[in-house]
Amino acid sequence: MSNHSISVTVNGFKEYLDVPSNMTLLEMLREKLALTGTKNGCAAGECGACTVLVDGEPLNSCMMLAVEANGYEVTTVEGLARPETGQSTEDQLSPLQEAFVEHNAVQCGFCTPGMLISAHALLKRNPHPSEEEIREALVGNLCRCTGYLRIIGAVQAAAKDAPETGTGILKGDVK
Amino acid sequence: MTEFTSEPVGKNVSRVDAYDKVTGAAPFTDDLQFGPGLYYGRLVRSPYAHALIKKVDVSKALAAPGVKAVVTGKETPTRIGLYLKDRYIFALDRVRYVGDAVAGVIATSEEIAQEAAQLVEVEYEELPAVFDPVEAVQPYAPLIHPDLGDYEVVNFIFPEPGTNTSEHFKLRKGDVESAWPRCAVIVEDTFRLPHIEHVPIEPHVAVALWEQSGQVTLWTSSQSPFAQRDLIAQSLSIPHGNLRVVAPYVGGGFGGKAGVSMEACAVAMAQAVKGHPVKLRMTREEEFICTTVRQSLVAHTKIGCDAEGNLLAMETQYYFGGGASNEYGVNIARAAGYSCTGPYNIPNVRGDSYCVYTNLPIGSAMRGFGMPEIHWGIEQIMDQLAEKIGMDAAEFRRRNCVKTGQTILTGMKMTPIDLVACIDKVTEAIGWGEERRGAARPCPAASPRPSALPRSGGFRDSPLTPHKKRGKGIAIMWKAPAMPPNPGSSAIVRFNEDATVNVEIGAQELGQGAFTVAAQVAAQALGVPYEWVRVSAPVDTRYSPYEWQTVASRTTWSMGNAVKAAAEDARRQILEVVAGHWDEDIEDLDIKDGRVISYKSEREQPLKNMVVYGLPNEDFEGWKGGPVVGHGRFMPTYVTNLDPETGQGARAVVHYTVGAQAVDLEVDTETGQIEVLKIASAYDVGKAINPDLVLTQIEGGAVHGMSSAFEALKFDEKGQPLNPSLVDYRIMTSVDVPKEIHGDIVETPLEDGPWGARGVGEHVMVQTAPAIANALNDALGIRFSDLPLSAEKVFLALQEREEEK
Repeated sequence: MSNHSISVTVNGFKEYLDVPSNMTLLEMLREKLALTGTKNGCAAGECGACTVLVDGEPLNSCMMLAVEANGYEVTTVEGLARPETGQSTEDQLSPLQEAFVEHNAVQCGFCTPGMLISAHALLKRNPHPSEEEIREALVGNLCRCTGYLRIIGAVQAAAKDAPETGTGILKGDVK
Repeated sequence: MTEFTSEPVGKNVSRVDAYDKVTGAAPFTDDLQFGPGLYYGRLVRSPYAHALIKKVDVSKALAAPGVKAVVTGKETPTRIGLYLKDRYIFALDRVRYVGDAVAGVIATSEEIAQEAAQLVEVEYEELPAVFDPVEAVQPYAPLIHPDLGDYEVVNFIFPEPGTNTSEHFKLRKGDVESAWPRCAVIVEDTFRLPHIEHVPIEPHVAVALWEQSGQVTLWTSSQSPFAQRDLIAQSLSIPHGNLRVVAPYVGGGFGGKAGVSMEACAVAMAQAVKGHPVKLRMTREEEFICTTVRQSLVAHTKIGCDAEGNLLAMETQYYFGGGASNEYGVNIARAAGYSCTGPYNIPNVRGDSYCVYTNLPIGSAMRGFGMPEIHWGIEQIMDQLAEKIGMDAAEFRRRNCVKTGQTILTGMKMTPIDLVACIDKVTEAIGWGEERRGAARPCPAASPRPSALPRSGGFRDSPLTPHKKRGKGIAIMWKAPAMPPNPGSSAIVRFNEDATVNVEIGAQELGQGAFTVAAQVAAQALGVPYEWVRVSAPVDTRYSPYEWQTVASRTTWSMGNAVKAAAEDARRQILEVVAGHWDEDIEDLDIKDGRVISYKSEREQPLKNMVVYGLPNEDFEGWKGGPVVGHGRFMPTYVTNLDPETGQGARAVVHYTVGAQAVDLEVDTETGQIEVLKIASAYDVGKAINPDLVLTQIEGGAVHGMSSAFEALKFDEKGQPLNPSLVDYRIMTSVDVPKEIHGDIVETPLEDGPWGARGVGEHVMVQTAPAIANALNDALGIRFSDLPLSAEKVFLALQEREEEK
């Protein structure tokens, strides 16, 4: 297996990595960078637990090779909150994360990172989605605990508080 | 500490684990870092449903570069199991299902281990296999466990050696034969449920390290760290004190991570490469067929009532398809046996519940533990009885449902509950038709079904979509924690200098909110704000106090009692010191918001510092007190074994939780597709420690139950799994779930629950499938006795009816 040198921006930091040809982006994040917030639920693009943003677009990181991410910007759940933005823990969370906490949209938490990323991408392109649009945007993210309604409600609440441009959602947005 | 919540029991405080879970910081087992010394394991699995192992040759695999060791059944010759020790960690002489683990390959990478697993050569002699539980109990069926009589078993399980029956529970009450002639109507049917899978989003994963010293550590995604320690220690002859099980957050359990499944393989593999941790994680395909599944069921059930709608008799045989091992599943059949009537008061009962070996994946605990399976048939028959005598289905249930203090089928007195209140709440929430509520309405069998009559509820089928039919259905349930008579819980409450509190428990956080409940209980019992309490995680058998397992909806009740006892112990220690310091009586003192107060002298003493350093005597002539550490434990002491011939006894179970659900749905007669529009659920939880967390269980459980109505693992005629992927085995997604799930909480306190609380985690999915079936019958006038309710099946049934016309 040959290795490839790549550079990829992850949560705002430029990383220079040697990765094997067959390493997925998911494996790169978890094993090379120890960014374990992104979860492996099926390794087949079916459950959505590994969803990350690649240049702003949500995709299953288990279905993309690390070498394909060369030159791209990747955002993981670790990139949504910004510890330096506030003193209290609440201030560090993005409005979407706050809404997930307030609505008890989290149970076991394993689907949560992928859900947050998919919802984050939705609100970025459509700051005031309808309930149907939220359901459609999350259809690739499986959850076995919550029954989804709390998650949909949390996204609606975060959207309600969003200014028309949608930039307010992205306290943790990566430039 | 910006927030300050006094007396948090009954309040909707935030989950203690929410912040870590929304930031990606919460550690799950696969997230733990082990450095470059980490090895990886893959399992070699049987391609046959039933075969003898003639020879295992590992030489080619061992010769592969990067392979460190290969473990086979010869290294694990001692059987393992929770109630019945009936399986080997690696198959020894025989494989019993497609996917049975035959060997484990350990290598420097998962990829190498996977490739080397293909190089292990196993010679099999294929045997006849059996897949249906009713077939498996026939005398001609191939024997799957010829040595059943030699297996170690607990004293309340009754295997039948020389057969495939691993448990036969008998319930005999009254005289069924003399009751049948007195019945005005009798309904009898056979119901079938397929195997389904838990589908946690986190697959099973375990990492084991066997040190040269003999110390063994297992990091595992588990609901049962202590049960794993006990069972693995016994099977691999490890002193319990040398086996440490560390269990980080569990990414969904639902019973699938209860007991021991693949974790024991990881420990056995680690023994072969001492000093190196070995990671074993299941692929999604393995998760479907090689961990555990819900047992299948064939139920023959007959129930009768008199003309006034009073239930008189029930006869039932439950055949649970237990799969290749029934080590845990035997107790599912037992639970289904002692609760075989569902939540009804029936004077004459004859019930036989069997757990049966088959050559399919291992059936084990799944949310509800036998209850979703038996309620599927019971709740449809109750609807049919009500219809036949012309009584409203909800009213029929109000009349016959079990009530506090009644002597139930096993002879025990029913613990306090209010099921009628649950029925009232869901019928109101779903808009149960005014003309159907209350009094009986004549509805002879020949007349149109109730749903064909106009309803006052205003939800008639829309004229714009005449091919869509709407219907409503109701179902009720009961379930007791199914467990040995004496499962224990314990807790430790420790104070820090600033009066923050660390609570140590062995109960696990699976998403249900156990850690949050522990913090609420501790804060309330101590008299400190909720925000001062920390729950020590992960659960670690080296430091955490004992907990049997986080299963059976027993945690809020049992762990809650232990935490409360530990907090009360700590509180007593504090008050003794302050009472001595002030020279007052303990009875005059209390702790409120983190301060000791005297109702008599109105003095106050903050807990800060004194909970570690104690208090000085007058003029500092010595000191009183010291670090406050409270201990608590709880174990039910009153559960009795039952008579093996009648199932009768003083106290079969600790208690029951009950509930009702009602469903409003629409079915497309052109496709057979069912759309659930609304589910209303109400459960009697005794006391909601955190009402919103109860509602999140109710919502998630309703969707889980709804999803289960459409799920089925499929196998071909050789026992090969056909749909072990998330594409071929669909679970509910965000676009499938109803617009609304209405939850209601009823609170009839339990005598021995913390503030009256009992569990609800499993109950919330038990009766959703039959409620859907009843609503489907309301919409179409067609009954479905077998799950799943696939669109194809519904469509074909509609076609068949058209052809009959």
